Formats: sequence, C-alpha cells, structure tokens
Amino acid sequence: MRRFYLLLVLVAVVAGVLMWRASRSTGGDVSAAAAAAPALVTAADSAFQGYVLGSATAPVEVVEYADFQCPHCGEFANVQFPTIKEQLINTGRLRWRFREYPLPIFEWSRVAALAGQCAGEQGKFWEMEEALFQQQSDWGRSRKNPSAAFRDLARGVGVEVNKYDACMDSQRYAGRIEASYREGAARGVTGTPTFFVNGRELDNTRFGNSDAFKNLVDSLTGTGRH
Amino acid sequence: MRRRQAIALLALIGFCIALYLWFYKIGIIGKLQCGSGSCEYVQTSRYGALLGVPVAFYGVVGYAVIVAVAIAGLQPAQLARRWPTTALALLSAGGLLFTLYLTGIELFVLHAICRWCVGSAVVMTGIAAVAVTGAIEKK
Repeated sequence: MRRFYLLLVLVAVVAGVLMWRASRSTGGDVSAAAAAAPALVTAADSAFQGYVLGSATAPVEVVEYADFQCPHCGEFANVQFPTIKEQLINTGRLRWRFREYPLPIFEWSRVAALAGQCAGEQGKFWEMEEALFQQQSDWGRSRKNPSAAFRDLARGVGVEVNKYDACMDSQRYAGRIEASYREGAARGVTGTPTFFVNGRELDNTRFGNSDAFKNLVDSLTGTGRH
Repeated sequence: MRRRQAIALLALIGFCIALYLWFYKIGIIGKLQCGSGSCEYVQTSRYGALLGVPVAFYGVVGYAVIVAVAIAGLQPAQLARRWPTTALALLSAGGLLFTLYLTGIELFVLHAICRWCVGSAVVMTGIAAVAVTGAIEKK
C-alpha cells in the first residue's frame, strides 16, 4: 500500500513540474500592459516605412494610419478596402502603405499590431491584417487576452507558429510600432483611420468610402470623366 | 483493492489533465502544448464553458471527487464495504456521459480535436470500465 501512495505522489509531482514549466512559457501571449510599455525606438525602427500593397510605380500613394481595434478602421478594411484594392491597387493606379497608429483607448491595439508585424516577418502581413480586421468584432470586444485568437489567425493565414510565438514573446517589433505611432502623431494624426494621399491629409468625413477614393485617384491621374 | 487503486491512479492523471486545461482557461498558462492539435480552438470556443464555468473546472472537481472516494475506499475500515464501489461506478458513469457529450461537440460541431481532451476521455473511459465492471462483479 505504501508503494501505491508513493506512486500517486510521484504522478502528482511530475504533473506539477510539467505544469510549472508550461506556465513559464508565455507562448506568444503578450499582455496589454507589456505591449503598452514604452518601447525603445531604434534607427531601423524609424527607417521602416510600413507594409506596402501595390505597384512601386503607381502614380498615387495613400498612407493609412490605422488601429486594429478601432471599429471605424475595421469597417473601412472590411467594406471599402476590398473594392479599393480590386479597382485601384490591383490595376496599378494606387499604392497603399499601412502604418500602425494604436490608440491608447483600446486595450489590445498594440498586441494586435505586434501580431501583424510578426506575421509580416514571415511575409504574411496583408493576410494577417485582413484576418485581424475580419475577426475584430470577436476579439476586439473580448476582455480576455486575444493572443491565442491571434495565434489561431496567424496559423490560419499560413504563418509558422513557433517563429510567430518567438516574435511575439520578444516583442521584436514594439519599437517599429512606436515609431509608426510617433510619426503619425508628428503628422497631426489624432484618430483613425487617417489617410494621406501623396502626402496630403484627407478629410475623413469626405473620404470614408471607396467611390471617394476612386474619384480622387481619377482626378489626380487625369483618367476620370471630365 | 486493486480496482480502487487503479481508479485512484487514473483519476489522478485525469485530475492533472483537467487542472492543466483549467489553468490555461483562467490564464495561468499562456500556451497549451498541443502539437498539431486544435486545443486552443476547442478551449476558446463557446463550448469551452458551461453555465459560465470553464468545462475543465468540472473535470477538476469530478476527478478530485473520484480520487477522494477511491482513496477513502482503500482505508482498512472501508475495504470490505460496498459503498465506494457503488459510488465510483455512479461517478464514473456520469463522467463518461459528460465525456461523450464533449467528444461529440469536438467531432460534430467544432470539427476539431484537442489532444488533452482525448487524453481525458481515454482516462475517464478506463475509470468507468474498471469501476462499472467491479460493481457488476461484486453483485
């Protein structure tokens, strides 16, 4: 009987050690507080000018400052951006540059921005950006840390998860996100999404839909109806 | 006696699995070691909680009760008594039904398998097999 109780204790101890080791691994979970901590911005962080979609020779460039948790950004990304992409970006008339502008009012913005960058490290930024915005209504309203949901999204878009976890754990791109935020603030961005077209800030109230962007590109390239 | 020892050992393993999943659910463990399975998908689905309580917590309580009953039944004064055998059979039958429900959700609703849940299901099936056959034989 004594050997039996020793066996029970042994099983409990082994399980306890394994769970303690598992609890030490954050596995890509980044807390909102950790992500919001001031990040050191290096020259390389500042030199990164955002992920770009579209032809390098497109005559018009839009820079979008966006927050992954901002509902307006989500609506724009899910409703208007697909049309803009199809009609303007894929046809070589427009180049789109995405810059993070994580607003302090949203709890998970910086964690989501890190997830986007870590997917981007593996060449999947735009797929992850689309997935984050498409699922925003799920994770954005949750009080639970969405890191696990982000990892599932990353896996879904074809990201190699172990590398992604390592990237998230190290918060490798926190400085890059902070640099993007500071850049936006220096340009007068106060809300999201904010757009700059060939360097000029747009009035969000007039350019919140794909038709307005199309008309703008038409006018800038002289291809619209006169 | 051997049956009660086997049940206690299996239930302790099940308790550890359920505790691990519960710790994940409440945020103590950041990542489930799941290989190529879909543990996080299953655990974070809406079926990961029942009546507002994480499903894994039901497992923690259920396995703990089974361990306690089995060890109580191993005490010299209780070895010849029948109540631990009956109690273990009833508890494990209830646990097996709950396990079947959860496995059905995984297979037919979520279309995803959590390896730890499979491990727990195997353990619970083993407990039920030992406990129920023991109860039948002692009749």
